[in-house]
Amino acid sequence: MFDGLTGKLGDVFERLKRRGALSESDVQAAMREVRVALLEADVALPVVKDFIAQATERAIGKEVLRSVTPGQMVVKIVHDTLVEMLGSEPEPVDLNAPAPVPILMVGLQGSGKTTTTGKLARRLTQRDKKKVLMASLDVYRPAAQEQLRILGEQTGVATLPVVKGEQPVSIAKRAMTVGRLQGYDVVMLDTAGRLHIDEALMAEVAAIRETVDPHEVLLVVDAMTGQDAVNVARTFKERVGVTGIVMTRVDGDARGGAALSMRGVTGCPIKLMGVGEKMDALEDFHPQRIAGRILGMGDVVSLVEKAAETIDKDEAEKLARKMSKGDFDLDDMASQLRQLRKMGGMGGLMGLLPGIGKMQKQMAGANIDEKMLVRQEAIITSMTKKERKDIKLLNASRRKRIAAGSGTSVQDVNRLLKQYQDMSRVMKQMGKKGMLKGLMGGLGGMGGGGMPQMPPGGLGGGLGGLGGGGSGLPGLPKLPGGKLPPGFGRR
Amino acid sequence: MSDEIEQTGAAQDDARKPGWLARLRQGLARTSAKLGGGIIGLFTKRKLDDATLEELEDLLIQADLGVKTAAKLTANLARERFDKEVTSEEVRQAFADDIAEILTPVALPLAIDPALKPHVVLVVGVNGTGKTTTIGKLAKQFRDQKKKVVLAAGDTFRAAAVEQLKIWGERTGCPVIAGPENCDAASLAFDALKQAKADGADVLLIDTAGRLHNKAALMDELKKVIRVIAKMDPAAPHSTVLVLDATTGQNAHAQVETFRSMVNVTGLVMTKLDGTARGGVVVALADAFGLPVHAVGVGEGADDLRPFDANAFARNLMGLE
Repeated sequence: MFDGLTGKLGDVFERLKRRGALSESDVQAAMREVRVALLEADVALPVVKDFIAQATERAIGKEVLRSVTPGQMVVKIVHDTLVEMLGSEPEPVDLNAPAPVPILMVGLQGSGKTTTTGKLARRLTQRDKKKVLMASLDVYRPAAQEQLRILGEQTGVATLPVVKGEQPVSIAKRAMTVGRLQGYDVVMLDTAGRLHIDEALMAEVAAIRETVDPHEVLLVVDAMTGQDAVNVARTFKERVGVTGIVMTRVDGDARGGAALSMRGVTGCPIKLMGVGEKMDALEDFHPQRIAGRILGMGDVVSLVEKAAETIDKDEAEKLARKMSKGDFDLDDMASQLRQLRKMGGMGGLMGLLPGIGKMQKQMAGANIDEKMLVRQEAIITSMTKKERKDIKLLNASRRKRIAAGSGTSVQDVNRLLKQYQDMSRVMKQMGKKGMLKGLMGGLGGMGGGGMPQMPPGGLGGGLGGLGGGGSGLPGLPKLPGGKLPPGFGRR
Repeated sequence: MSDEIEQTGAAQDDARKPGWLARLRQGLARTSAKLGGGIIGLFTKRKLDDATLEELEDLLIQADLGVKTAAKLTANLARERFDKEVTSEEVRQAFADDIAEILTPVALPLAIDPALKPHVVLVVGVNGTGKTTTIGKLAKQFRDQKKKVVLAAGDTFRAAAVEQLKIWGERTGCPVIAGPENCDAASLAFDALKQAKADGADVLLIDTAGRLHNKAALMDELKKVIRVIAKMDPAAPHSTVLVLDATTGQNAHAQVETFRSMVNVTGLVMTKLDGTARGGVVVALADAFGLPVHAVGVGEGADDLRPFDANAFARNLMGLE
């Protein structure tokens, strides 16, 4: 449907092919594409219009730098404006009030309020060492109170005991009383999902607000929300005084334009985002990332952070030393495979890379098998320790044994060995060139493929194999070259 | 437990005020007031020129019709009436006709084949779209038609999802097959099918955990459910219904596309149509995929699931009634 704004703008400027300042007509041609991109990302129309006006004003007359194309220049201006509008300064959940600090969670049905309540409570408990009490005010949806109670058990956060038939306002009152008497730092009130036009339910949540005077009112919104996001945000803000927004399902593939819409019409900061089903999948909001996604430019920052988080530093250092000496064995390869898997497998990694929209589709078409990584690891673990150190030992009968032991075929074993040889060759070359100094991993080398904002170095060496010259990542089909980091190119 | 069910049930009934029809009209009226009102604002009677067309396109986009569908509809209008004097009424009528034309072929109810005992319906979708609630409502509908219905609590992941379906089971008088917490959804579905066959049930509704369509492992899990139940009945599931949240924007395309290619979705149910500025995405989806839209959800009560009526929907969307 949409393969990245950069590509589209590239087409727009193809005809121009000149340097100098951006003229009004250039910019306007580009902004038509930007407008479509934003609308396809579900940014609300009025917000799109404001945005286009701002970005146009900034772009006209800007000198195009020698090193970039006019298209890239416009993308940068658009990106920067977007980040600014999303809020450059992160705003965390504010707990600066007398305990117990009441936090009220509101939103439409199915936006993820209860799950977010559980995640936030867990984070406040574990990271911020707060004593948190959760209470469900959802007396409408079957088993909603039960859901929060179970989440409390799973995360080790206290929940207010359910009294059958109690109405939301009195539950809220009771929660605050219990919070005060039992010395809780934070009381989280999870309300029922409600439509912003449901007068009775909006009056109810307004009454709850009156009763407990919450310090934070967090509006939970699904990242997939369409044009209606502005109506929802505006009404909730008017009726219950929203202080911050939580975006959920950011781990989906929605572009998340709702974030810009809601920030735009309410001025409320987006404070948190939900990025997975597990209870620890809650992150602070990063405007750059969402800006990149809205524009279809991938999410390089997340990739880098993910790599930094997942890669075991010691292991990476050990590997880097080994590689520079040129003795990279199959055990090292297995540990690389494991780290790759930890980072969410190929699919997860690719999703974070910019300009890969098209490739991702092809990958889906080629039916990439994520289990390949597991299988290759199985092949390696089916070898003896000696074999892992010295692949020359592997004659035909040993290969047969390994295939049988790992539940694969001899061809699979051969393919893995070929990959290993490619990888170790590249590593030797890299070692010689001294590229492995420090912790500069192969991922940095991926930057050659047209990735903006790649920080030099800083990545664990554990990914060395990814970015090397001719080595292939396991399980990847042949993909069109050119824009791709070299390591992705071969099977 | 049953006490609590009564309580929540009663609390819910208290909260239901107007009937579904009123709610649907009320919900859509807001959509159409905005859309229709916007169009009235554009024309009293004026020439259909480029600027006007662009404004019209914008209005359609704001109803989540998407850039492509909006462009197509305005292009249609332009082809017929460009440079002619048009009134707001004419424009709305023309749009409504075009939209109805797109929607009519997909307005098909979920037909239960009486020869199959049971007709297996697998209900899938991303998190929070209203799968369990939709199953509860479908169960109520089939029960009203004197069908024997069995429910399978296949959402073994989310906390209290099984309890939620059990409550629906009690409300509608349908047996609910559930396993222990975190049990395998596929084997549960298999057991449920076995049970439903033994009971001579007409319909088996299988709930599944919500999953984002871009998570390969979770989609594989869903494929496994299908593979496993197909062992007992090669034709099962006879229907695979994707539940879509009407608040969803253009990502609905990705959802339909992925679920369709992975688990062969046979129809859609659109939920939460009782809010504002929505419905547009249905038009875009019908245009792009042509999958049947079986029903629309217009509230939280057991009776708030309605057949999808293309004409009424289109006319309502354009503020014509």
